Amino acid sequence: MDFERFIFYFFAAVLVFAAGRVITVRNPVHAALHLVLAFFTCAALWLLLEAEFLAIALVLVYVGAVMVLFLFVVMMLDINVSPLREGFIRYLPVGLSVAALIVIEMFLVVRARNFGADAVAIPARHGADYSNTRELGSVLYTDYVYPFEIAAVILLVAIIAAIVLTMRRRPGTKHQNPVDQVAVKSSDRVRLVKMKAEERQ
Amino acid sequence: MIALSDYLILGAILFGLSVAGIFLNRKNVIILLMAIELMLLAVNMNFVAFSYFLGDTAGQVFVFFILTVAAAEAAIGLAILVVLFRNRQTINVDDLDTMKG
Repeated sequence: MDFERFIFYFFAAVLVFAAGRVITVRNPVHAALHLVLAFFTCAALWLLLEAEFLAIALVLVYVGAVMVLFLFVVMMLDINVSPLREGFIRYLPVGLSVAALIVIEMFLVVRARNFGADAVAIPARHGADYSNTRELGSVLYTDYVYPFEIAAVILLVAIIAAIVLTMRRRPGTKHQNPVDQVAVKSSDRVRLVKMKAEERQ
Repeated sequence: MIALSDYLILGAILFGLSVAGIFLNRKNVIILLMAIELMLLAVNMNFVAFSYFLGDTAGQVFVFFILTVAAAEAAIGLAILVVLFRNRQTINVDDLDTMKG
């Protein structure tokens, strides 16, 4: 067994283990952390496929942003886990059988006879001067420039939607009103009262 | 050397595990969202594998867009989850039957 094959099977085993823990573990925080492990091992497998840019992007975007968001939400909400777990045993047989059915069906399609080394030739490795990022960028900014801009709009919509959904004004909180502050006149600030001087006692 | 079928089978196993996760944790919305992320990861794995073995960069561009959309989806999904928990004090899927006829 050569070293590349060893790397593949090692990371594949870690990936399947982490995915299994994500769906079976009791504590949502542990599930999120195992999902982080799954993303890391998947990034390592993508490095093996010479997709360096996407591997780094997966770690930065997913582990760095999305999973932190998940952990943040999980820890912010005070969730009582036990009622959420009922039905786990009841749905275990049907869940596992459906999953096994899907895996078997897919295996029959993608097995080595159809997509093995004989059917799809294994490409030669690129040299050290090959840049995956340059390759991806030259396609992304020419052929796919409009989808790329649509992706930017989608992210903008996501930002606005997330802020609008979670923003709320609680009654009774003290906050500034910049409109009133700017429009204020000197007569609103100081009130000059004319009154007669008091008589000397 | 590792053939394309090895990567595809790994992606299939990952997808099957996440389908099982949706069945098993059908009351917990957070785990459901995580299972969806796992599914997208399995799909991305297939895209990257095909992109490498067929020598076509378009697969990696698709993975890039899937990552973008998945990040947006996770952000909006978690925002909805926070609002839901604030209003109902629960994230149990069974309690969310307001629109039931």
